[in-house]
Amino acid sequence: MTTTNRRRIAWIAGSAAIIVLAAILPLLAIEIPGVFPGPTYTPGTLQLLAYAMLIAALALSYRLLFGLAGMLSFGHALFFAAGAYGLGVVLEWFAPSELPSEVVFIGAILITLVFGIVLSLTVGSLALRVGGISFAMVTLAFAQAGSVLIRRNPGGATGGEEGLALDITHVPEGFIGVMNTRNLYWFALGVLVFVYLVVLWVERSRAGHVAAAGRENELRVRVLGVRPYPVKLLVFTVAGALAAVAGMGYLLLQSGAAPRVATADFTLTLLVIVVLGGVGYRWGAIIGGLIYTLLDQRLTALAGSEAIAALPDVLRIPLSEPLFILGTLFILVVMFLPGGIAGIPQRLRTHRRSTALESKETVDA
Amino acid sequence: MSEPILAVSGLHARIAGQQVVEDVSFTVPSSGVTALLGRNGVGKTSTIKAVLGLIDRTGDVRLAGDRVDRLPTHRIVQRGVGYVPEDREVFAGLTVAENLRLAERDAEPRRELVERLFPDLVQRKAQRAGTLSGGQQQMVSLARALLNDNRVLLVDEPTKGLAPKIVGEVAEALEAVADTVPILLVEQNLHVVRQLATDVVVLSGGRVVHTGGAAEFLDDDDLVHRLLGVHGDHAESDASEGAPAPEASATTDTTTEEGRA
Amino acid sequence: MSTVILLLVTGLGLGALYFLVASGLSLIYGLMHVLNFAHGVFLTIGAFLGWEVGRRVSDGTWGGLLLSMLVGVVVGAIVAALTEYLLIRRLYERHIEQVLVTVGLALAGVALMEGIWGTDPIYTAKPAWLTETTEILGARIPNDRFLLIGIAVLVLLGIVLFLRGTRYGLIIRAGVENRHMVTALGIDVRRSFTLVFAIGGAAAGLGGVLASVYYGYVSAHLGSSLLIFAFIVTVIGGLGSLAGAAIASVLVAVLQQFANFYLGGTGDLAVVLALAAVLLIRPSGLMGKAAA
Ligand SMILES: Nc1ncnc2c1ncn2[C@@H]1O[C@H](COP(=O)(O)OP(=O)(O)OP(=O)(O)O)[C@@H](O)[C@H]1O
Ligand SMILES: [Mg+2]
Repeated sequence: MTTTNRRRIAWIAGSAAIIVLAAILPLLAIEIPGVFPGPTYTPGTLQLLAYAMLIAALALSYRLLFGLAGMLSFGHALFFAAGAYGLGVVLEWFAPSELPSEVVFIGAILITLVFGIVLSLTVGSLALRVGGISFAMVTLAFAQAGSVLIRRNPGGATGGEEGLALDITHVPEGFIGVMNTRNLYWFALGVLVFVYLVVLWVERSRAGHVAAAGRENELRVRVLGVRPYPVKLLVFTVAGALAAVAGMGYLLLQSGAAPRVATADFTLTLLVIVVLGGVGYRWGAIIGGLIYTLLDQRLTALAGSEAIAALPDVLRIPLSEPLFILGTLFILVVMFLPGGIAGIPQRLRTHRRSTALESKETVDA
Repeated sequence: MSEPILAVSGLHARIAGQQVVEDVSFTVPSSGVTALLGRNGVGKTSTIKAVLGLIDRTGDVRLAGDRVDRLPTHRIVQRGVGYVPEDREVFAGLTVAENLRLAERDAEPRRELVERLFPDLVQRKAQRAGTLSGGQQQMVSLARALLNDNRVLLVDEPTKGLAPKIVGEVAEALEAVADTVPILLVEQNLHVVRQLATDVVVLSGGRVVHTGGAAEFLDDDDLVHRLLGVHGDHAESDASEGAPAPEASATTDTTTEEGRA
Repeated sequence: MSTVILLLVTGLGLGALYFLVASGLSLIYGLMHVLNFAHGVFLTIGAFLGWEVGRRVSDGTWGGLLLSMLVGVVVGAIVAALTEYLLIRRLYERHIEQVLVTVGLALAGVALMEGIWGTDPIYTAKPAWLTETTEILGARIPNDRFLLIGIAVLVLLGIVLFLRGTRYGLIIRAGVENRHMVTALGIDVRRSFTLVFAIGGAAAGLGGVLASVYYGYVSAHLGSSLLIFAFIVTVIGGLGSLAGAAIASVLVAVLQQFANFYLGGTGDLAVVLALAAVLLIRPSGLMGKAAA
């Protein structure tokens, strides 16, 4: 009893410390050349970190689907896009409104959230009628439909290929302009913590346990007398709603939305992030999201650097393509590091212990 | 008796994380029919699949003295193991001729033998296996194993779900080949077991609970009743048709056996 | 009337492209249960190298085009076989990981080709006849459609002959039905995995060259955009069914053309809705096996 209690306290203290550290980052001047574009208080670095945290939040919601419940969806980007574009469109609609800005802003967020929930409930209830690879295809198809719709620019609402610019009429002043990147950073941190807590709550709930059991062995769940469908639908809907929340954060942070975030490629990126970080671990999704975003950004910067330009073609071309490096890295992780980055400590530990005793199978719950 | 053709010891296997074969050991002599018996779901099929490497397994499996438990399925089969799976598993979309052609491993497959044993199949060569009756499909499945010169046959419930007349035909075919090749036979129909088997191995809850001669076992009505949940073949004629034992009693049975072991 | 014919034939031409991609996808999935996201890369690399060789030898002539197609076939087959041999095989029976590796390969492959050939489409030359039109019942049909349809039919025939007439074809057909039973007959089914990848890659590589004829350009994203529709085709047709892939290719492409013309450019949406409808009514697809 006491050891679990002590462990829990240590865990809470550790988490709190990390959050506090993340929160005071904008007040510090930490410089890590090669990782951050500048000191941590500069808008450029804060913007990048905030973006990475939102991607991490999105990856967390995807891990809930794929890692916890074993649902391989190729359409998760749809819900992220629903949050980003949904909020953008609603804010544009209400721009002429005379209501107080706070009311419009909060109202728009709530409307978008409801939209995200209804959308994921609808897609989920249809897609979950089929299983396995067909499920993946139905989700892919719906996301593709969303992506096409956004590019079509119906009624000029989504801005088509150009993307949608944020209408700032009712957006709080603290969220606008480069000077306020810090606030957006804190906002993104808040989104990440919120998503993490919801994911934790779902995983610890009875539904979460049933979903995890269903991933291993659907038959066993049925034998227990639980119908997997409602549980899966619940997890799907929560994951979709959380993705929409991250999408709203993305819209505010980027002052707009690009059609790229609705594509199948974007969902594939999420898959890469979750697997890179470690499917079996919640914080794997966060680590994966942060590392992927930073790598992507830094590799892009590296690609433009003179050191690379001076290389012969055989080296220069691959090295100047961040996605080539990330894709290759991903393949290597899948082939040689099944637990992902977050699984490395576990692997080292069992490696050391494996001679002493048979490793007891630890199943992440 | 000479060296057994198949010697299994300490075999373990899991399906979907569940232990279905636990520390199973038995041998199949180099001649005659060894019947692998047990109630529904005790792990007979799993034992055979584990021997063939069709499911993940650990343990020591020897074919004529050579270890084969590290080999992939196709290599084990190539060493002379014929397999007739439960539920026949013919390729439904392929014709009878294609099913048989696929199974031919030897340079000189024994087509005449197969045609003599199953004349029905000759006329149906061009027919899709999926459109055959259950009995005919079973013949295709048996024929696939008999085409090659095997050192041992693993035959899993060849009479399951067949009409009584066909059961007799299948049993006769097996009896005919049993003279030339040893067989490990899973069979619920105790008439067929009595007709063919020389030895028995009885499983319960994934473990071996009895081994011995076939006749002595079948004559011991109490033992048969306790281990298989049915009366001996002379007591109740069709006890083995379709649904042998009530599921509920199987667990109590397992515990008594474990207590004994 | 002439519009309907034009839409039909153009749909058939596009369906031919879909088929060249979907046939391999479907066979690979049917035999190995791997959803191959790298299939688009096989197509694109075939298109690029085919174009590079063809234009150097004889740009814009029939000889050059034939050479391009040959190169596309060979390159697609080699890249695909290597993919199976070096990556997929090592993850034997771990289907999720296998899919993930193909995802990684798709990302890396497209990025690499972008690095080599740039992000903008490169316009290609083709024989003069292919740029002209032929009138059928009043419809002026671009000639390249006939080339696409003809070659797709030849490929379909070739694959069917291979599957029906050779021992490897027999093994592949049996393996699609029940792979474990094939190994239990003493056959090393893994060897046919490489073969199926090579066949699928060859068809995709050829499809790449033909896609560059159809669209008039090559680009690093040629494969990715066709791949999504090929996936949809494969699922509608029934995973593992070659005939299903052929029928669904035509249905999807024709539906797309008609919806684009008569329903204000909603072809893509119509296809997606068709997929959802088919899966909900018949989860195994038009000609798929009953079991998932
Ligand atoms: N695919 C599977 N997934 C989960 N459990 C399985 C699977 N196949 C078999 N089992 C379980 O493994 C155990 C042994 O099954 P097996 O088929 O080996 O028994 P059996 O003795 O051949 O039964 P039967 O007389 O019905 O053929 C059973 O309890 C069964 O429920
Ligand atoms: Mg059985």
